[in-house]
Amino acid sequence: MSTSTLSVSKLRNGTVIDHIPAGRALDVLRVLGITGKEGLRIAIIMNVESKKLGKKDIVKIEGKKLSREEVSAIALIAPTATINIISEFNVVSKFRVEVPEIVEGILLCPNPTCITNKHQEPVVPRFRRISKNPLILQCDYCGTLLSESDIANYIRGRAHETR
Amino acid sequence: MCPLTAYIPVSHYVVMGFVKLGFKGRDVISILDFSREDLEELFAYADRIEKMGRVKLRVLEGKIIALAFFEPSTRTRLSFETAAKRLGADVISFSGEEAISVAKGENLADTIRMLDNYSDLIVIRHRYEGAAKFAAEIAKNPVINAGDGKQHHPTQAMIDLYTVKKLYGTIDGLTYAVVGDLRYGRAATSFIYALTLFKPKFVYLVSPPLLRARPETLKLLQERGIRFKEVENIGDVISDVDVMYVTRIQKERFPDPLEYEKVKGSYKITMDILSHAKKELRILHPLPKVDEIDPEVDKSPYAAYFLQAAYGVPVRMALLALIFGVEI
Repeated sequence: MSTSTLSVSKLRNGTVIDHIPAGRALDVLRVLGITGKEGLRIAIIMNVESKKLGKKDIVKIEGKKLSREEVSAIALIAPTATINIISEFNVVSKFRVEVPEIVEGILLCPNPTCITNKHQEPVVPRFRRISKNPLILQCDYCGTLLSESDIANYIRGRAHETR
Repeated sequence: MCPLTAYIPVSHYVVMGFVKLGFKGRDVISILDFSREDLEELFAYADRIEKMGRVKLRVLEGKIIALAFFEPSTRTRLSFETAAKRLGADVISFSGEEAISVAKGENLADTIRMLDNYSDLIVIRHRYEGAAKFAAEIAKNPVINAGDGKQHHPTQAMIDLYTVKKLYGTIDGLTYAVVGDLRYGRAATSFIYALTLFKPKFVYLVSPPLLRARPETLKLLQERGIRFKEVENIGDVISDVDVMYVTRIQKERFPDPLEYEKVKGSYKITMDILSHAKKELRILHPLPKVDEIDPEVDKSPYAAYFLQAAYGVPVRMALLALIFGVEI
């Protein structure tokens, strides 16, 4: 029987987003607005074993320490994620993510006749968190509800592909 | 009017000291932006105006009201125009997208900026949900939503409740049946929202399965502790009902015409159905009606919808006067 391991070197300075539900790492980067063209060194580790989740994804970003505000929106698609801020190879801060009360510019409204989906209108989609558990968001313009299971389909960028 | 209103649910009373904010300078986007006390103040004002008869007041002389109807309208536009003119205001208006620069590709934001410069208040109807809220975020002057897609029609809800109050002397304690297109109908939705500001005894939501109320409407009823039930046939509950609110099927909002064909003509209020109703039952309808009420019903004492349409002018006069903060 052969075993194989996947090794990624430790970060010196940066952010590790751990405990992402398996298969969601690319969505996490999309929510953060990271395309890869920024020049950051990024390691994306997908579908690895996890005691907590069975399988999980991990994202490591070298050279960029994300703030709580920056990462809070990750909770939309990865509510189990933990954030580790690394400085000189040490974890200097560790926190869980939480969906903010107002989610602006990250998700598209599922309602095709919402003003936020009108072509060439300078309006940014905005959702209000109306329930934490289960997570339910409501479009601030048209009132449409968005449940946790649907959120991943309406991340800006991705929504265009799936609709 | 102010971008901040997008984030802060409009509160009607400042908690510290209960200072009433009132109507002055306010946007009217959703009936849920108002409290019961606000609406009672509006109704008292409308009642006073109604008793004055068809007088021309000059309290809004020098003001210009813009009627921006991107979607067709008869009653709402004309009653707003009548209300504005009775108060002495001048009116500028357009109806339908074809006649204006929107047909050339101008976006809503630019049209609103222009109207905001020309006028003191904008009344807007638009087929996109949230259009009025977006317009209010752009405009410096107050914006009144005269219907945004399938979502809100707050001034219609004000007229509807005013009619109930005039007919019964109260809005509380009555059993309501909201019949018809509860999925795409903004008047029906706004009426249901408006009822949550009062204490109805019971609300029946009567519709074919395809036209049931949207999840956000049901959630609000649950949260506000309103006793309600979804039913398919008005005949099953009619003997229990005091106020029947009937709406037409909103053909123009169906994403799929085949879906419309499935529900077309699926309900009709006839004298036969009404033979099981209480004598005091009254029927409201935001109009226009198509075939959902048999013309025979129009002549019966049950029909209150033409009276309801007439109340459109005093209620909208009262609303405009309160927003401009003028005494009548």
